Amino acid sequence: MTQTIREVVVAQDQGRPEVLLSVRGLDVRFGGRRDVHAVRGLDLDISAGQCVAIVGESGSGKSVTARTLVGLAGPGAVVSAKRFQIGDVDARRLSERAWRKIRGRSIGLVLQDAQNSLDPLRPVRREVGEVLIRHQLVPRRQLARTVDQALSDVGFPDPQVRGGQYPHQLSGGLRQRALIAAALAGGPKLIVADEPTTALDVTIQAQILELLRSKCEAGTALLLISHDLAVVSSIADRVLVMKDGVVVESGTTTQVLEDPQHDYTTRLLRAIPSASTRGHRLSADAAPEAEATPVARDHGLPVARDRGSVVLCAQAVHKSFELPGHRRLVAVDGVSVSVKAGQKLGVVGESGSGKSTLARILLGLQAPDTGAVQVLGTDWGTAGREHRHEIRRAVQFVSQDPLGSFDPRYTVEEVISEPLRSVSSAQLRAERVREVLALTRLSPDLLAALPRKLSGGQRQRVSIARALALRPSVLICDEPVSALDVSIQAQILDLLDDLNHRTGTSLVFISHDLSVVHHLVDDVVVMEAGRVVESGPVTQVFADPQHAYTRRLIAAAPKPAHDLRAA
Amino acid sequence: MTAVSIPSGGLFAAHLPRWIRGIRPTLVLSLLVLAVAASAAIAPGLWTHTDPLHADPLAARQPPSLAHLAGTDIQGRDVLTRIVYGARFSLLIGLGATLVALGLGAILGIVAGVGPRWADQLVTRLVDVVAAFPEVLLALLMIALSGRGAINLALALGVAGLPKYARTIRATVQQTRCAGYVEQATTFGASRWQRLVRHVLPNALGPLPVMVTIGFGGAIISSSGLSFLGLGPQPPAAEWGLMLAESRNYLRQTWWTGVFPGVALTAVVMAATVLGRHLQERYERRLP
Amino acid sequence: MTTTVETAVSPLAVPLAGERRSGHGALAFLVARRVLAGVLVLWAAITATFLAIQLAPGDTVSLLLGENRDDPVLRAQTIERWGLNQPLWVQYLTYLRRIPSGDLGISYTLRQPVAHLIAINAGPTFTLAAVAAAGAIVIAILGALIVTSPVHWLRPLVSGYELIMVSAPSFWLAIVLLWLFSFELGWFSIVKQGSWQALVLPAASLALPIGAYLSQLLVSGIDRAMEQPFIITTRARGSSLLAARIQHALRHAALPALHMLGLIVGSLLGGAVIVEQVFGRVGLGQLLVDAVKVKDMPLILGVTLVTTAVFVAASTVVDILGTLIDPRTKGNLR
Repeated sequence: MTQTIREVVVAQDQGRPEVLLSVRGLDVRFGGRRDVHAVRGLDLDISAGQCVAIVGESGSGKSVTARTLVGLAGPGAVVSAKRFQIGDVDARRLSERAWRKIRGRSIGLVLQDAQNSLDPLRPVRREVGEVLIRHQLVPRRQLARTVDQALSDVGFPDPQVRGGQYPHQLSGGLRQRALIAAALAGGPKLIVADEPTTALDVTIQAQILELLRSKCEAGTALLLISHDLAVVSSIADRVLVMKDGVVVESGTTTQVLEDPQHDYTTRLLRAIPSASTRGHRLSADAAPEAEATPVARDHGLPVARDRGSVVLCAQAVHKSFELPGHRRLVAVDGVSVSVKAGQKLGVVGESGSGKSTLARILLGLQAPDTGAVQVLGTDWGTAGREHRHEIRRAVQFVSQDPLGSFDPRYTVEEVISEPLRSVSSAQLRAERVREVLALTRLSPDLLAALPRKLSGGQRQRVSIARALALRPSVLICDEPVSALDVSIQAQILDLLDDLNHRTGTSLVFISHDLSVVHHLVDDVVVMEAGRVVESGPVTQVFADPQHAYTRRLIAAAPKPAHDLRAA
Repeated sequence: MTAVSIPSGGLFAAHLPRWIRGIRPTLVLSLLVLAVAASAAIAPGLWTHTDPLHADPLAARQPPSLAHLAGTDIQGRDVLTRIVYGARFSLLIGLGATLVALGLGAILGIVAGVGPRWADQLVTRLVDVVAAFPEVLLALLMIALSGRGAINLALALGVAGLPKYARTIRATVQQTRCAGYVEQATTFGASRWQRLVRHVLPNALGPLPVMVTIGFGGAIISSSGLSFLGLGPQPPAAEWGLMLAESRNYLRQTWWTGVFPGVALTAVVMAATVLGRHLQERYERRLP
Repeated sequence: MTTTVETAVSPLAVPLAGERRSGHGALAFLVARRVLAGVLVLWAAITATFLAIQLAPGDTVSLLLGENRDDPVLRAQTIERWGLNQPLWVQYLTYLRRIPSGDLGISYTLRQPVAHLIAINAGPTFTLAAVAAAGAIVIAILGALIVTSPVHWLRPLVSGYELIMVSAPSFWLAIVLLWLFSFELGWFSIVKQGSWQALVLPAASLALPIGAYLSQLLVSGIDRAMEQPFIITTRARGSSLLAARIQHALRHAALPALHMLGLIVGSLLGGAVIVEQVFGRVGLGQLLVDAVKVKDMPLILGVTLVTTAVFVAASTVVDILGTLIDPRTKGNLR
C-alpha cells in the first residue's frame, strides 16, 4: 500500500518526522443568541509528509476546525485549546498580525471550488501572486516568473497565457489547480484542504487527488477535510471521524475502515453504497413489514402493470440548443432508452453529458428536435390535449433541489396534495396524502410545517411523496441524493428501493455517482456528450466495461471503503 | 439591511422575554411616526384646533414658543397647525403617485414577463423610453402639458416613476416562471394558465407591499419637490413642499418656517424607509 | 431583492445576436452597440415628446405659445415654423429634422432662440451636477469604509446619519444648509455667482443624500462580498481584513453601485433644477421653472430634451464602464 511506502520514505529522510501541527483539546464556540459548540476537545497531530483526514457529515464541525487552524474561525467564534502549536509557535495567543505571518507561509488553505473561491474579478495569476506579495517572498520583477512556476508545478497548462484568464473562463478542474497553486506558492509545509474535490466530475476529482498525493509524497503535510470516506480512504494515512463537534474515532486509515470501534463509524461505513451493497439496506431503517393489504393499485389509469412491458421509451431522441455566436450545443444526440414496468434504470454521466436534458424530454417538459418519446404507448408529440394530461400523471419527477421545487408559500400538506387538485373528493385526497406519507415514512405531524423548516432528508421525502401522489408508473429522479449527507442518502436510497418493490413503480435514476447507481439500479445507460456510449445490466457493464469512457469513469471513481477492506 | 437596526442589548435585555427583546426600537418609532402622520392626514382636528389658514398679523414671525410650538410664519399663521394639515396633501400625493406607478408598472411588468416575446420587447423598449428622461423633468414636462394641481402632480409622478416597478416586476415574473416549482406543476398536468395563477403571479407579486412602502418615501420626496416649485397645490393651501417654498424668502427672519416642515417630511420618509426595509428583510428571509 | 439592482442595471441593453469576438474588435463592437442603443432611445424620447404635444388637451398652437397665445403675429410664425398647417407626418419629420440639428425653436416669452438660452444656462447646472456627483462618490466610499470597519460603535452612528440623509429631500437640506452656514455662520456666501464658495452649499445638498444612498449600496455589497469564499482564501494567504475589504470586496460592491450611478445622474439633474431655486442660482433649473410657470413650451421641451440627452449619454458611458470592469460580462458580450 502506498501509505506504508511513504512512511518509510519520510522516516529515511529525516529520521523522526517534524511535527508541524499539534493540537490538544481544541474548543470552538459561537456565542450570540444560539450558543453553538462547534468543536469540542479535538486532538490532532500532523507531521511532515503525512496526510490526515477529517471526515464527517454536515454540521459535524469539520470545516470550522479547518478554518480555526488558520485562525479564521469566523466572527463571534471563541477558540480555546490546551495546546495549539504550529511548528514552534504557540497559536493560542497569536495577534491578528502574527496570524497573517503564518497564513500562506506556514499553512496554506484550499477551499472547495465553488467558482467563488477565487476572486471572479481578478485573473488567476494575480490570485497566485498575492501570497508572494503579502509575504514579500520574491522581488517584484521575478513575480511573474515565480507565479508561472507555481502554476506549472500543479499541472496548470500554459501558465503564461492561461494564467491571465479569469476564473469563469477556466474549467472546475483548472480552477482547483490554481487554488492549490496559490496555497502552495508561499511554500507552506502544511496544506489544509476543505472538500477540495467536491462538485468536480469523477475523472477531474481523481486528477486533483493525484496532485495532492504527489505533493504529500514530496513532503508537504496535508489535512484533508471531506464528507466522503471513499475519497479519504484513497489518500489519507490517518482518519479522524467527527460527529457533532466531537472526534468519535481516530486511527490509521486501515484501522478505521477495517475495524471501526465507534457505532457511528460503523453506520457511516455501512451507509456507503457500492457494488457489494447491492440488495442490502444501507440505513438503519428497518425494511417495511409486508402489509396485510398491499397498497392498492386501483387507479383507473391506463397503466401497464405487467412486469416486463415497456412503460416509457425514447427513440433516437435528439435535442440541441442555440448558443450565442451561431453555435449549437448538442445536448442529446440520438438517444434511445426504454423503461419496463418495475425496472430500475440508471443514467450515468459527467456534467454536460446531457442526462438532465434527457430527463426533461422524458417528462415531456421539453420537446425533442427529432425522435419520439412514448409513455404507456402514447406519443408525447402526437397525443391530444386530454390524453397528454392523462399520460403526464404517469411520469413524475423528483429533483435534486426539493426546496426549489416547492412553492415557497405552501405547507407540506399543500405541497403533497397539489397534484391531487383534479381528484374531486376531499376525502379521497386526504386518503391519498395519508397513503404517500406512510409510503415515504413521514410523520403526519409535519403536514402543517413549511418545507424550508425541514431537514434535507425530510424535504426529499416530501418531494418523493408528492411525486407518488398521482400513483405514477415511472418516477424520474435527477440526482436525488447528491446534495445529501451519506447517512441521509442511505435512507433515501433505501426508500426508493422499497417503493420500487412495494408499488412496482419504475425508476429512472440519474446520477453522476457510479457507486450509488451500482448499488441501486438493475440496468444502466452511460452517457457522454449527449450520446449513449454503453448500456446493459449494471453488474455486467461495471464489471466488464466495453467503452473506453466507461472504463475511464470506473477507474477514476474513488475506491469505496468496502472494496478497500476486501483488498 | 442591518444598517438600520440598533443592536439591542444592555443590562436588562437578558431578563426580558424573547418577544420583547426581539422588538426593534427603530421599527416601533417608525410605525408611530407613520400612525401620527396618517391620523393627521385623516383627522387633523385631533392634533390641533387652530385653522391652518387663519392669519394673525399681530402674531406674525413669532419664534417657537409654548403658544406656537413651531412658531408662526410671515402672515402670522401657526406653522405646526399648517404642518398637521399639510400631511393630507403630502401623504395623498405621495401615495397616489406610488400607486399609479406601481399599478402601471405591474401591468407592464406582467405583460412583459408572461407575454410572448414581441410583447416583452415592446414593453421593454417603451419602459426604456420613459426611463430615458430624468424622473423629475418628465413629471415637470407632463405637468406643463396637462396643468398643475395635486391630481396632475400625482399622475405625472406616477408615470415618471413606473420604469423601476415595471423592470423589477418583469424580472421577478420571468424568474418565477423558470422556478422549479412551476416546472414541477407542469408534471402534475397543470395548464399554462393554472401555473400562472397558482404559482407565478402570487410569488412574483408577493413583494408588492414591500415595494409600495419603499417607493412611498421616494414619491413623497419627489412630490414635495415639485410642490416646492409651485406645480402642486396652490397657495394658500398647506402642503409641506409649498410651505418650504414660501419660507425661502424669509429664511433670515423666520428660520423655523424653513426647518420644521422639512423635519416632518424627513421623518415620514425615514419611517417609510425603515418600515420598507424591515418588510423586505422579512420577505427575503422567507425565500429559500 | 437582489433583482432590484440587477434589473435596473441596463436600461439601454439591446440583446442583439451577440457574436463572440476578442480584443479590440469586441470592445469596439460593445461600445458601438451601446451608443447605438442610446441614440435609439433618444430618438424614441423625442418622438414621445412630439406625440405628447399632439395629444395634450387644447390646440397645439396655443399650447406652444403659452402666455402669448393671443398674439396673431407669433401665431402665424409658430404655425409656419412647426409646420402646423401640414399633415401630421410632415410635422413629425419637420420636428425630427429640427431637434437634432440644434434648432429647438424660439422662446416666445424671452424672445430668444431656445438653443442660445440653454447654451448660456447649461454651464452652471452641469458644473453643479458634476461637482455633486464627485462629492457623492467620495462621501460614499468614505462612509462605506467607515461602516464596514471593525470599529463597531461607528457603524450605528454612520448608518443613522445615512438614514437621515437618504430620507431628507435635497431642497430641504439646501434650505437648512443655507440658513446654517450662510446666514447664521456666514461661512459660504452665495451672493458671488460663479465663485467656488457659491458652489459648496448647493453641491453639498445634492451630494449628501446621494452619497449616503450610494454608501448604503456599497455597504450591502461589501457585506455580501465579505461572506464569499474568496475572502477566506485571500485572508488565508496572509491578507489583512482591510486589504481584503479594499482590494477584493470593494470592487465587487462597486459594480452595482456604478450601475446605479447611471440612474443617479438623472436624479442629480432633476435635483439640481430644484436646488438652484433655493439658492437663486442661474442655470437650467431657473430657466425651466420660469418656463413652466408661463407655459413656454419650446423652452420646456428644449431643456428637457437637452437634459435627457445628457442623462442618456451618462448612462451609456456608465454602462460601458461597468461592462469593462466586470470580466464576466466582457467575455461573452451578452
